[in-house]
Parts: sequence; C-alpha cells; structure tokens
Amino acid sequence: MFGFIAARLVTAVFILLGIVVLNFILIHAAPGDPAAVMAGEAGAADEKFLADLRTQFGLDQPFTVQLWNYVSGVIQLDLGFSYRQQMPVAQLIWDRLPATLLLTSTAFVISIVIGVIAGVLAAQMQGTWWDTVISTVALLFYATPLFWVALMASLVFSVFLGWLPGFGYETIGANYTGLARVLDIGTHLILPASTLGLFFTAIYMRMTRASMLEVSRLDFVKTARAKGLRSSVIQRRHILRNALLPVITLAGLQAGQIVGGAVLTETVFAWPGIGRLMFEAINQRDYNVILGVFFISAAMVLLFNLITDLLYGVVDPRIRLTS
Amino acid sequence: MRGFWRRYSRNRGAVIGLFILLAVIICAAAAPFLFPRSPWSMVQRPFLPPFTVDGLMLGTDALGRDVLSGLFHGARVSLLVGLVSTVVALSIGIPIGALAGYYGGLVDDGLMRFTEFFQTIPSFALAIVLLAIFQPSLGYIILAIAIVSWPPVARLVRGEVLSLRHREFVEAATLSGQSNLRIIIWQVLPNALPPIIVLASLMVATAILLESSLSFLGLGDPNVMSWGYMIGAARTVLRTAWWLSFIPGIAIVLTVLALNLIGEGLNDALNPRLRSRTP
Repeated sequence: MFGFIAARLVTAVFILLGIVVLNFILIHAAPGDPAAVMAGEAGAADEKFLADLRTQFGLDQPFTVQLWNYVSGVIQLDLGFSYRQQMPVAQLIWDRLPATLLLTSTAFVISIVIGVIAGVLAAQMQGTWWDTVISTVALLFYATPLFWVALMASLVFSVFLGWLPGFGYETIGANYTGLARVLDIGTHLILPASTLGLFFTAIYMRMTRASMLEVSRLDFVKTARAKGLRSSVIQRRHILRNALLPVITLAGLQAGQIVGGAVLTETVFAWPGIGRLMFEAINQRDYNVILGVFFISAAMVLLFNLITDLLYGVVDPRIRLTS
Repeated sequence: MRGFWRRYSRNRGAVIGLFILLAVIICAAAAPFLFPRSPWSMVQRPFLPPFTVDGLMLGTDALGRDVLSGLFHGARVSLLVGLVSTVVALSIGIPIGALAGYYGGLVDDGLMRFTEFFQTIPSFALAIVLLAIFQPSLGYIILAIAIVSWPPVARLVRGEVLSLRHREFVEAATLSGQSNLRIIIWQVLPNALPPIIVLASLMVATAILLESSLSFLGLGDPNVMSWGYMIGAARTVLRTAWWLSFIPGIAIVLTVLALNLIGEGLNDALNPRLRSRTP
C-alpha cells in the first residue's frame, strides 16, 4: 500500500513539473514580447521600462536559464506577479483557494453519494419505470451545458422562487460570526455546489448501475445465494463493494472535470474562488494569473486523484496486499 | 448496410436523434438564405420578448439583434467546431494509439505516459489557457478543443490494436512482406473502426459543449455568432430577460442530446455482440 502511494506521488510530481514546463513554453509561444505584454498590463511602455522589465524578469538571459529560473520559482511557490491586481499571483490564489476547495469537495461528495445511491436503486429496480426515469435523466444531464444549468438554477431558485441566494459567498455587510456565519456560507453554498455536483451525478449513476448488474451475475454471488445469505447482505457486502471499484476509478478521472466546471459555476454564482479569478483574468488578459490558476487546478486534480487512490486501497484489499 | 440500418433503427431514441440532427443541419445550411443580414446587425428595439412582433419570432436581444437569426447562424458554428475539432483530435489520437499498440515496449511506454499527462491535466482549464494566450479565433478554438480531447482516442485505438496485433491475418500480412505502416493502415485500423466511430460521434457532442462553454466565458471567436456567446451576453440581464439565456441553451441541449442518442444507436448497430451483453 505504501509503495503504491509512493509511486503515485512520484508520478504526480512529474506531472506537475510537466505542467510548469508547458506553462513556460506557452508564455514564450504567445504572440508578442512578454515584456511588452507585462508593460501593457502595467499600463506603461517606454523603452527604459521595457528594458527594466527584461532585466527584472531575466528575459535577456538564455532560454535554458530562463526555464530554470521559472521552474525553481514555481517550486518556491512564486507564480509571478499580476500587474492588473498589483499583487503576487500566489497571494491572489491563496486568498481564493479555500472557497474553491469548499465548493469542489462538496460537489464531489454530492455527486458520488447521490450517484451511487441512485445507481444502486436503478440496478435493483432494473426494468421498472424508476429505472427508465433515472436513465433518461442521466441522458439529459449529459447533453446540458453546465453553465446553462447554473444560470437556470439561479433563475428558478433565486430569482423566481427567492428560496436561496443566487450569488456570492456570504451576505455582504451582515458581519455574521461563529455559527451564524457558517450557516450563512452554507446557504450560499447550496446552489453552486448542488449544480456542480448534480451535473456529475448522472455519470456515477450509470456507472454504478452497470457495474452492479455486472457483478451480480458473477459466480461468487451465486455461491453467496446458495449459502443462504440474506439478499440485503449480498447486495451490500458482495455486490456493492465490488461494484464500487470502477466507480472510484471514474471518480479519479472526473476530478479534472469538476475542477474545470468550477470555473463556470463560480462565474455564474459569483463565488469568490480561483475559477472566478480565472474568469476575471481572462477578461483582463492577465496571463500570469491564468497560468497560475491552471497550475493550481492541476495540483488539485492530482490531490483528488491521490484521495481516490487511497480509497481504492481501502475498498480493495488486493491493492493493500500486493504492493 | 441494410443490416446496419435495421440494427440502428431498432433503437428508437437513435432515430429521433438522427431527425433532430438533420433539422439542425438544415437550419445551419439555410441560415445564409433565410437570414442574409449579419446576425450581429440591429433590427429592432432591444428586449422584444418572443412571439410579440411579426417577422421576429423569438424577439430581440439586449442590442436589438434578431434572436432567431442568431440561433440559425450559431448552428453553423456549433456543427463546424464539433465536426472539425473531432477530425483533428482523431488525427492526433489514432496515430499515437496505433503506434503505441503496434510497436509496444518503449514506444508504448513513452506515448502512453504522454497521453496520461494530457489526460490528467484539467482539460477545460487547458483549453482556457490555450485560447487566452493565442487570441480566440475559429481556428484556434478548434485546435484547443482537439488538443484537450484526443487522449481517449489514443487509449481506445491502442487497446484495439493491441488485441488485433497478434491475430492470424496480421501475421499473414507480415509474412507476405508488407511494411509495418501498410499493415497498420490496411489490416489493423479498419478492424478497429467501429468503436472509433462510436467514440467520434460522442466527441462531436462534447466538442459542441466545450465550444459553448468557452464562448460563454468570452473566449469565442468575436466575429462569429455562437450559442454560448448568446447565453454569455444575456447573463447580465437574466433577471429581466431570462428567455435570452434560456432559448440558446435549449438549442445546445437538443443538438448534443441528438448526437449522444446517435452514438448509442451506432454502438448498437456496430457492436451487436456488445449489445447483447449489456442489459
């Protein structure tokens, strides 16, 4: 188990390094001189200023030296400077990261829990109208753009019905403290987290259903039945436990989609996370912020992947034993 | 061919999907004839609700542009981006997967690590980064979508090639002295085609969703009208004119749903054995 996790950690580090190099290449592949771009962002562009910028950021040095400087900077969590916001990018991201972690992890849990429950129900009621309803809903969810679902959800539940706040992280100017503040953030979280989470529910639902049906046909399930075990025990301990393995694999693969989806959800609901930060940076063409958020979101995906790997080890004893 | 259609049409949803897609294609083709004026031009007062003015069935948007005209012209962009980016993604993914599966060993290891790298990084964020750095134009949008969507193709093709690699007909072709490239193109790939076609139909759907999301964020081509742009532009007036966000969304849902249904139908028609196994 330890060796397994260690191997995954090493891979994760290499992937992060790869992204840093990719970022570096992208900045240099961008049309125009990086110094001119930065000067444009800072709102001044005489020759002296450009030359200063080149020296300050080492742009007058050879390519390999620049690459080394960039990589070692990122390792020390220096993600560059945002001239638009007059702040280091790392600081900007650090301030916004908790909101995004709260949103994505809530959505992640919602999608898996509801998806697995609905999938188990659909498998147990195979062929009934409930099964059809679940499959149809899944098909519709696949076809719907996330940002549109978010807009429609805020329209219905916030504008028309007035049940929930449609934007922001907490009530501005309310200055709640303690439990009141937690509750306030919680109510603001409901719409964005359930939109983002429910959007991915369909995938887990279908996967759980298919996987449950497949496992229930295997020989060891027949043996369990023949032994006279109760059906609920077989469902839970024999079928579900095995059926969850592909679902967990899928959860790891979907992590990137959820983090990507956060950009859209946070944009629609004005949730002050790094997704919203990225949207603002797009409109201001603030490259350092865009690349910084990209790097951090990749790191988040790797973290989610690592968690699913650990879960895999918990659910499947073979992984714990073999490595 | 007739057997194909019989198996395809047994899936009722797939037939419905085909009709929806045909309707969208007709709209896209008819756009320049039915709405010869640019969809960007102002035709009436802004914020006219649907079904209130003759000749403007779906009303006007915040800048007095004809919403119906925008929908028709938007269909062109969605279909074009969906189709071309899928073709580009296939032309990246198929060679990589085929080489990895056919040669195995170090080639396989190297190419698959490369594929995994692209599969791990959040694809939507990468597409944003690519478009933010290389100014958004139709060509770059297509390229960015292709770059983030080829890995599943490579993995699928690799798996198929791996299972076909040691079959008798491939060994026969090797013995007859055909070159590796010839064998891959003429013997192996045609046999791997059915699952690739199914995947491609789903990729067109995903590409359309991606394009609309990017345009929504303001990373669309500023010269072409697209459904995602229409929703993004209407976002700020959601409270007063919700239908401006609602209508283009329905267009996206219908088109993507149609493509997904067609994908399921193709799967039934091309993999009859698979069909009987899955409930």
